[in-house]
Amino acid sequence: MSQVHAPPQGFLRRWIFSTDHKVIGLQYYFLALFSAIIGMVLSAAMRFHLVYPDAKVRLFGWLWPDGAPGGQMTPELYLSLMTMHGTLMVFFVLTAAPQSGFGNYFIPLQISAPDMVFPRLNMLSFWVTFLALVTLLAAFFVPGGAPLGGWTAYPPLSAIGEVAGPGQGLGMDLWILSIALFSIASLMGSINFLTTLADLRAPGLGLFDLPLTCWGWLVTALISLFAFAVLLPAGILLLLDRNIGTSFFVPSNLLVNDRLLDHKGGSPLLFQHLFWFFGHPEVYIAILPGMGVISTVLSTFARKPVFGRMAMIYALLAIGFLGFLVWGHHMFISGMSPYSSIAFSLITLAVGVPSAIKTFNWIGTLWGGQLRFTTAMLFALGFVSLFVSGGITGIFLGQPAIDLYMHDTYFVVGHFHLIMGVAAVFALFAATFYWFPKMFGRMLSEPLGKAHFYITFLGVYAIFVPMHLAGIVGNPRRYPDFKEFEFLASLMPMHKFITHAAFTTAAAQLIFLFNLFYSMRRGVPAPQNPWEASTREWN
Amino acid sequence: MILAVLVWLLSIAIVVAFAIRRWWFPPPASAVGAEFDSYFGITAILTGVIFLSAQVALGWVIVRYRDKGGAAVQSHGNDRLEWIWTTAAAILFIGLGLITAGLWAKVHIEPAPANAMRVEVLAKQFAWSFRYAGPDGRFGRTSIRMVNDANGNPFGLDDTDPAGRDDIVTSTLRVPVNVPVQLTLQSRDVIHNFFVRELRMKQDAVPGMRIPLPFLANRTGEFEIACSELCGLGHHQMRSKLTVITAEAFADWQKQMLEQLRQQQ
Amino acid sequence: MSPAWSGGQSPFAIGSKKLGMWLFLASDSLTFATMLAVYTFVRYGSPDWPAPFAFSPSILFSTGMTLVLLSSSLTMVHAVQAMHAGDRARTVRWILATMLGGALFVGLHLTEWIHLIRDERMTPWSNPWGAPLFGAAFFGITGLHMLHVTAGVVYLGIVAAGVRRGRFSDEDVEVSGLYWHFVDLVWMFVFPLIYLMSVKP
Ligand code: HEA
Ligand code: HEA
Ligand code: CUA
Ligand SMILES: [Cu+2]
Repeated sequence: MSQVHAPPQGFLRRWIFSTDHKVIGLQYYFLALFSAIIGMVLSAAMRFHLVYPDAKVRLFGWLWPDGAPGGQMTPELYLSLMTMHGTLMVFFVLTAAPQSGFGNYFIPLQISAPDMVFPRLNMLSFWVTFLALVTLLAAFFVPGGAPLGGWTAYPPLSAIGEVAGPGQGLGMDLWILSIALFSIASLMGSINFLTTLADLRAPGLGLFDLPLTCWGWLVTALISLFAFAVLLPAGILLLLDRNIGTSFFVPSNLLVNDRLLDHKGGSPLLFQHLFWFFGHPEVYIAILPGMGVISTVLSTFARKPVFGRMAMIYALLAIGFLGFLVWGHHMFISGMSPYSSIAFSLITLAVGVPSAIKTFNWIGTLWGGQLRFTTAMLFALGFVSLFVSGGITGIFLGQPAIDLYMHDTYFVVGHFHLIMGVAAVFALFAATFYWFPKMFGRMLSEPLGKAHFYITFLGVYAIFVPMHLAGIVGNPRRYPDFKEFEFLASLMPMHKFITHAAFTTAAAQLIFLFNLFYSMRRGVPAPQNPWEASTREWN
Repeated sequence: MILAVLVWLLSIAIVVAFAIRRWWFPPPASAVGAEFDSYFGITAILTGVIFLSAQVALGWVIVRYRDKGGAAVQSHGNDRLEWIWTTAAAILFIGLGLITAGLWAKVHIEPAPANAMRVEVLAKQFAWSFRYAGPDGRFGRTSIRMVNDANGNPFGLDDTDPAGRDDIVTSTLRVPVNVPVQLTLQSRDVIHNFFVRELRMKQDAVPGMRIPLPFLANRTGEFEIACSELCGLGHHQMRSKLTVITAEAFADWQKQMLEQLRQQQ
Repeated sequence: MSPAWSGGQSPFAIGSKKLGMWLFLASDSLTFATMLAVYTFVRYGSPDWPAPFAFSPSILFSTGMTLVLLSSSLTMVHAVQAMHAGDRARTVRWILATMLGGALFVGLHLTEWIHLIRDERMTPWSNPWGAPLFGAAFFGITGLHMLHVTAGVVYLGIVAAGVRRGRFSDEDVEVSGLYWHFVDLVWMFVFPLIYLMSVKP
C-alpha cells in the first residue's frame, strides 16, 4: 500500500502538514470559518458607519489608527473594509468551505476511495490558500492600509497606485498577490477533485450513479479549472501595469490628482471582460456545491429519492456551461457595445431555466414525503426560499433595460446577498449540521440549532429585502455615507433598520459558534447513521 | 410548521413592501423614464407571481407533508412535468428579455437626432464638469496639458483655438425642456458613472473612451446627479445637479454665460 | 485483485497522472488563450500598432527558433517510444536531446530579447515604432511561454534523472511528453500571431 495510509506521526504531520483528505477538509473548513467571522465583523462595522457616520468609536481608533483617527471612520477606511469583506466572503468563505472543505472531506468517502489521488498536491493547495489569506490580511497592516477598490478591483483605480487613494499602494499589490495565490491553489484543487472523481470511484460506481453532492463538486471543479485560469493572468497583468510600467488596462493621458501618468494605450474594459469571465462563473462556484448538498439533505429528510435526478445533473451542467457565456451582464452600462448587451441578456435569462428546474425538483422531492424538521432540513428549506427570492431579483438585473437603472445600486447588493450571501451560506450551515456527526462523532445541539436558524432566517430577510427597496429609490452602492445627497436622506430610517437587523443576525451567529465548539467536545455521541441516510459516507 | 407560516408571512410582507410604492422611483422626467417604469412593472408582476407561487408551494409542502408517521410516496420524477415547467420557464424568461430589449435599444442604440444639443461631460475625482459648444456650435480643441482646475479649466481648453472661445464650462448641467440632448461622457482619471434617477439613466464614464448618452427631458425641475461607479474615497461626494428649464430660460442663461466669458477674455 | 487505488494507479483506461496533466493543460491553454485574447484586444484598440520585424533577420531568426522547438518535440516522441520499448538508457538520451532543444530555444529567445532591448530600445513600456503596448504584449506573451519552456526543461531533467535511477514508469515519461508537446503547440499560436503578423511591410 502507498504511504497515504501510513498512520500520521506527531502533531505536525497529523494536523498541520497532513496529507489526509479529512484533515485538509477540516483545515479548509476552519479557514473559512475564521474568514467568515472576520468578514462578518467587518460588515457590522460597515453597517454601523453607514448610519452613524460621525460617531467616534474607540475600538475603530484602536484597530485602525490611520483609518479612524480619534475613532471616527474615514471614507477610505469604510471602502477598504468593504473590499476586504467582499473578498473574504467570496473567496475565502464561499469558495473555500463548500468546495474545498466539504468536497475534500466527503468525495473520497462517498466514492469509497481511501484519499484524493494526489494527497501532497492537496496539502499544497491548502497551504497556498492559507498563504493567500495571510497575504490578504497583511494588507490591513501596511502603510496606506487595505485597498479601497472593491472586490472587483477595476482599473484604472486599481492600476495606478497610491495617487488613486490610500490603500491603492502596497495594500492593492498584496490584494492582487493574494488573489493570484488563491487562483493557483484553486487550480491545483480542481485538478485533484476531477482526477479523483474520474479515477477513484469504487468499482461499479458509474459517473451518473454519483450522488448529487459529488456532481456539485465535479461541475464546480470544472468551472474553477477554467475560471481561475483566466483570473490568474488578469491579476498578473494588473501587477505588471502597477509595477513594471506596462499599460494593458490603463489608457493614455490620465491626469490623476494633478499628476500626468506615463501609461499609454490600454483599456479598462479589457480588465472587466477578463474579471467577469472569471467572476460570473465564480458565483456559481459558490453555490453549486451547496445545491448538491441541498438536494441530498432534502431527500434524506423527506425520506424520498431526489425528484428528477438526471434533470438535476443536466441542470448543474447547464448552469456551469451557460455561466461562462453571461459575464457581460455585469457590464451592461460599462461602455461596451450595446448590441452585445442583448445577447448577454438573453443567455443570462436562459440560466434561469436550469435554475427553475432545480427549484421545481426540490419542491418535487418534498412532495409526498414525510418531512422531518431537523436543523439541517430547516436550513435546506431556508435555502430554497432564499434562492428563489435572490434568483428572481437576478431576473430584473438580467434585463439591460432595467439594469440601466439598477446597476451599482443597493438592488444589486440585495440580490447577491440573498442568493450568495445567504442562500449559499445556508447550504454551508445545512452541510455543517448534516455532516457534523460524521466529522466529529457527536451531534450538534438541535434546540440551539433551531434558535440559530429562525433568527438568522428572519434576520437576513430583514437585512437584504429592504436593500432592494433602497435600490429602487436609487441608492448607489459603495457609498461610505449618505450625507451628501438629498434623496438619500429619506432612506436613513430604513438603513437604521437594516443595521439593527444586521447586528441581531450577527449576534445570533454566536449561538452557532458556541454550538459548534461546545458540541465538538461535549455533544451527544452520534450513532453511525443518525439521519438514516443512504450515501456511502455513512456506512 | 412554524417555518411554513414564516415563509408565507415573509412573502406577503415582501410583496406588500413592493406594492405600496412607499419606497419607489421618483416620478420620471422623460418618456423613456415612463416606459422604464411600465417595463419594470411588468417584470415585477410576472416575477412577483412566480415568487409568490414558489414560496406558497414551499410552505404548503412543509405543512402538508410533515412527518406523520406514514410512508413517503416513492417517486423518482415525472418527465412530462419536467418538460412543462422547463418550457414554461424558458418562454417566460426569454420572453421578458425580448420585450425589454426594445427599451434598451431606444436608450443605447438609437442615435440621437441630428439637431440634438451636444454637451460634453467630464468626470474626475471627485467632480463633474460640463461643456457647451456655444453659438458657433463647435467645441474648441483641448489638451490634457492645459488642464487647470483652479482656473476653471477642467477640460484643458486650448485658448489658441478660436472655436473654444465661446465654449461654456460649468459644474452643473442645465438643459432646456423637450429638446433632445446628446451627452458625451469622458473621464480624466478613473471610471465614474453618470446617474440621474428621474431620467432612469446611468452610464459609465471611462477614461480613454467617449461614450454617447442621448436623452430628452420632458419636465422642468432640479435633479441630482450621482456618481455610481466606485472611484475612490470621495465617490459618495461626487454630486452635481441637472436643471431642466424652459427654452427661454435656457437661452437667457446662455446669454448670461457668454457675457461673463467675454468679460473674462 | 489489489485495490484499484494503491500507488495512484487506476483501474480505468487513463492513468491519474495523465488525466491530471490533461486537466492542467486544459486550464493552462485557457491562460494562454487569455493572453492571446488580450493581445488581439489591444492590437485592434491601438491605431498605431507597429509591424517592426524585418523578414531578415528577425523572422528568419524566429523561424529558426521554431524549428529548434519543433525538433525537440520530435526527440520527445523518440523518448516516449524508447521508454515503451523498455530501453531506459536510450530514453534518457532522447530526453537529454529534448532538453538541449529546449535550452537552445530559450537561449536563442533570450538573445533576441537582449537584442530588442539593447539595440532596438524596446521595453514593456515603450518602443520606437508606435503603440507602447506592443512591447508589453510581446514580452508578456513570449515571456510566459519561455517560462513554460524553462520549467519544462527542469521538469524533463527530473524525469530523466528518475528514469536513469529506474524510478519512473512509462506513464511518467508520457506525461512529461504531453506537457512538452503542449508547450510546442502553444508556440505554434504565438509565432504567427506575434511574429508573422508583425512583419515589416
Ligand atoms: C451565488 C451567487 C449568485 C447567483 C447564483 C446569481 C444568480 C443570478 N444572477 Fe447574480 N450576482 C451575484 C451572485 C449571484 N448571482 C453577485 C455576487 C453579483 C454582484 C457582483 C458585484 O458587482 O459585486 C451579481 C450581480 C448580478 C448582475 C449584475 C448587476 C449589476 O451589477 O448591474 C446580474 C445581471 O444580470 C445578475 C443576474 C443573475 C441571474 C439572472 C442569476 C440567475 O442564475 C438566477 C436564477 C434563479 C432563479 C430565476 C430563481 C429560481 C427560479 C424559479 C423559482 C423559477 C420559476 C419559474 C417559472 C414559473 C417559469 N447578477
Ligand atoms: C458570502 C458572501 C457574503 C456574506 C455572507 C455577507 C454578509 C453580510 N454583508 Fe456583505 N458583501 C459581499 C458578500 C457577503 N456579505 C460582497 C461580495 C460585497 C461587495 C463588496 C464590494 O462592493 O466590493 C458585500 C458588500 C456588502 C455591503 C455593501 C457595501 C457597499 O456597497 O457600500 C453591505 C452593506 O450593508 C454588506 C452587509 C453585509 C451584512 C450585514 C452581512 C452579514 O453580517 C449578514 C449576517 C451574517 C450571516 C448570515 C452569517 C454569516 C455566516 C457565514 C458567512 C458562514 C459561516 C461559515 C461556515 C459555516 C464555515 N455587504
Ligand atoms: Cu466618481 Cu464615483
Ligand atoms: Cu453574474
